[in-house]
Amino acid sequence: MKLSDSRDIAAAPEMVWAAILDPEVLHQCIPGCQSMTGSVAEGFEAVVKQKVGPVSATFTGHVSFSDVVEGRSLTITGEGKGGVAGFAKGGAAVTLEPILEGTRLTYDVDASVGGKIAQLGSRIVDSFAKKMADEFFARFQDAVEPPTEEELAAAAEVEAAAAEAAEEAEATGDGADHKKGWFRRMIGV
Amino acid sequence: MPKDGGIGASVKRREDVRFLTGKGRYTDDINIRGQLYAFFLRSDVAHGRLKSVDTAAASDMPGVVRIFTAADFAGVGGIPCGWQVTDRFGKVMQEPKHPVLADGKVRHVGDPIAMVVAETLDQARDAAEAIRVEIEELPPVLNMKDALKPDAPKVHDELTSNLCYDWGFVEENREAVAKAFEGAAHHITLDLVNNRLVANPMEPRVAVGDYEDHSGMHTLYTTSQNPHVIRLLMGAFVLGIPESKLRVVAPDVGGGFGSKIYHYAEEAAVTFAAKQVKRPVKWTASRSEAFISDAQGRDHLTRIELALDKDHNFLALRTETHANMGAYLSTFAPSIPTWLHGTLMAGNYKTPLVYVNVKAVFTNTVPVDAYRGAGRPEATYQLERIIDKAARELGVDPVELRRKNFIQPDQFPYQTPVAVVYDTGNYQATMDKLLELSDHAGFAARAEESKKRGRLRGFGIAHYIEACGIAPSNLVGQLGARAGLYESATVRVNATGSITIFTGSHSHGQGHETTFAQVVAEMIGIDASQVEIVHGDTSNSPMGMGTYGSRSLAVGGSAMVKATNKIINKAKKIASHLLEASEQDIEFKDGKFTVAGTDRSKTWVDITLAAYVPHNYPLESLEPGLEETAFYDPSNFTYPAGAYGCELEIDPDTGKVTILAFTAADDFGNVVNPMIVEGQVHGGLAQGIGQAMLENCVFDENGQLLSGSFMDYAMPRADDLPFFKVDHSCITPCTHNPLGVKGCGEAGAIGSPPAVVNAVIDALQRGGYSHIDHIDMPVSPARVWAAMHQR
Repeated sequence: MKLSDSRDIAAAPEMVWAAILDPEVLHQCIPGCQSMTGSVAEGFEAVVKQKVGPVSATFTGHVSFSDVVEGRSLTITGEGKGGVAGFAKGGAAVTLEPILEGTRLTYDVDASVGGKIAQLGSRIVDSFAKKMADEFFARFQDAVEPPTEEELAAAAEVEAAAAEAAEEAEATGDGADHKKGWFRRMIGV
Repeated sequence: MPKDGGIGASVKRREDVRFLTGKGRYTDDINIRGQLYAFFLRSDVAHGRLKSVDTAAASDMPGVVRIFTAADFAGVGGIPCGWQVTDRFGKVMQEPKHPVLADGKVRHVGDPIAMVVAETLDQARDAAEAIRVEIEELPPVLNMKDALKPDAPKVHDELTSNLCYDWGFVEENREAVAKAFEGAAHHITLDLVNNRLVANPMEPRVAVGDYEDHSGMHTLYTTSQNPHVIRLLMGAFVLGIPESKLRVVAPDVGGGFGSKIYHYAEEAAVTFAAKQVKRPVKWTASRSEAFISDAQGRDHLTRIELALDKDHNFLALRTETHANMGAYLSTFAPSIPTWLHGTLMAGNYKTPLVYVNVKAVFTNTVPVDAYRGAGRPEATYQLERIIDKAARELGVDPVELRRKNFIQPDQFPYQTPVAVVYDTGNYQATMDKLLELSDHAGFAARAEESKKRGRLRGFGIAHYIEACGIAPSNLVGQLGARAGLYESATVRVNATGSITIFTGSHSHGQGHETTFAQVVAEMIGIDASQVEIVHGDTSNSPMGMGTYGSRSLAVGGSAMVKATNKIINKAKKIASHLLEASEQDIEFKDGKFTVAGTDRSKTWVDITLAAYVPHNYPLESLEPGLEETAFYDPSNFTYPAGAYGCELEIDPDTGKVTILAFTAADDFGNVVNPMIVEGQVHGGLAQGIGQAMLENCVFDENGQLLSGSFMDYAMPRADDLPFFKVDHSCITPCTHNPLGVKGCGEAGAIGSPPAVVNAVIDALQRGGYSHIDHIDMPVSPARVWAAMHQR
């Protein structure tokens, strides 16, 4: 299965680069990701829970990085095993290019699946992969792009409400604030 | 006037009452107290080295009773192959090991690695998730021609190559055939693919193993076409259980089409496990599992060549086929592309010289074995396609070219150049019948009418012959079969005259319970409701070889007739005693024993009662009771034949093919139940048209089966098929079995694929696409459209 596309992201290439290599960003952006740990040098260990057509599975896998050209391009390779559901593996060549609006991210994915998920046929698997990619980038752009004026105003209202609620019961979340632009704020932009 | 009972009557199928009201008792309906559930963890890669299988964590999961891996089966045999083919150099085929569970390597997607036995199926499945399997992936061998290259990865490390055998038939004719081609006026060549199919019976495979500790008795309930064969193979070759301690039951079975002939690993695994855990163990295949674990069908790559003289007489035929065996040798796999294929290459024609070369190849795919027709559809397809191609290249009528080269009605018995002797046949008659029923004469006008509507109309003809009633044991023994192919029957007459028949045949949709009863009812002269057919249980029926190769009536029916004749002979002796007449003077008709020329008679029930209440009985010369067993071993195959015609239209804008009419004129010899025969032909046609138009196995470059569900594997549906015109009034009875029957189960699937493809080519060429002389099956809209636009 091959999947190629490009996305224009309203953030500087340096920020996009840092985000791609941040396990927490990937954790938040990969749909169904339950954990993502590790480092760029050692690779990441990931657990992703997903439903492909009628098959639900928890994929555990390893992601590694190669051909790294700092700030410009890299190759991501990974393999996930989903038990009796089968496996998915593949690679993505990712290139970043500065453009007026920020960064153009281009990716070429070459992936293959095996076992039960392959048996379901390419119609399900291909559209599933496309959906996963769309969802990933929607979340990724959310993380790295600055919020618009309207979004800021809306967020302020929500925050005010949340502050009230927090007085009554202390927040028990994982501590991360995942509203739009959270990665920007986290790294202090 | 049509009969309403007995031989020749369209009696309604008595078994349908239970099948159509949900009362059938299938293997999955069998649940034994204390039963556990098995789940097989299967390989999700096509080829790899099995580095480790760690079941530690999985074993602690809730409900898990035991997890079996290859190591547990170290003390038992592998899954045996039932046929050894000798190659053209006199060497026996390469026969790889076939472990019950993958040992050392995995060789196809679906290869079982471990079996989890747990209290519930969900628990077994959950535990399978927790098994840690480490596989070092190896490049898969998928393409048959690549598989034979010297540097190809090997499916089986212990073999010298991926070549199972290189078979030549008749090897002595090789040179003569080559010579005939050199001098021939015309030389026609065609390359084609016989597409791989999944059998897809309605009921997936199921196996329940049971073990009785105190007696050491094993019972296997399984979805099989031949329970005795499974008992022999599994008992003797895999688990080492004597037949007396092993009962195999195949209850109602929801279709087989060949895929339930074979002994499968799951059967051995649950039987073995039941003894180990001392509880019954059940396995039921999911549909997804069936796609990657049931033996598949066909999968041949063929080049066929036909030499003709200037008058268009066939001089010689030569074929070279690569036949896919898949990853292991399934029970009868080696015999399909050889003895069930090469021996039919003469077809209905008097071609004097035939040479068939078959290279059987191992690949990292699901094993391939017999599927409805088994070898004969592959032979018929290539032969009938090249004859059509020859007719087109030579500019002659495909019907006339066939007629000219047919074995003529007065030439029977006919010795073909490929070993077999056809006993009877009349191919001109079936061709006449086809042309009449299909209104062949009116085709031109219909084609013209289609043209006005912008459609391309075509008519395709195929004539087939098959070898059924499999088979003479001494002959198949010489050809490498490791089993006999007789059939058996016990006819038990009960005290008050009713009859219970135990047959070694097995019915999984064929209607034996109805037709077998019709035959015996007519022979005895009682109502068929008094005759009960019992099959499928090794504990009550004599050793039989089961049902496949359209053999049940021709071989199993003959055994039953033989046993019934023994009954009649004994009954006459009893009657002669009761009537105080000489045995020679006793006439038996319509259930009545009469002293010839008198009105003194005894009824059937008088005799059966006397046999079991022998107060007035010749005890000094005759045993009491009335029960006889017979084994029948045929002296030849039977040779059903027929002419098939397909009329269709192609939409040139989309390439979509619509079959408008399909006509089958068959010679099945004598017919016991015309309605059931018609149903068998309908089913066969649906499967043959399915192969020609829709069905196909597609593997990706990694050996993953992409058409692995009904979403992508297109099964024929009612609206893909026309109303069939089916005729079996052309009858040349078989000369060597007592009923004169030939068998009808596979014909439809054999004759229809070439008729469809011939019709597609006819439509395209008539429509001006003269560059198209072949399209491989399935003739999907995409393939037809692509051919039309490729110049």
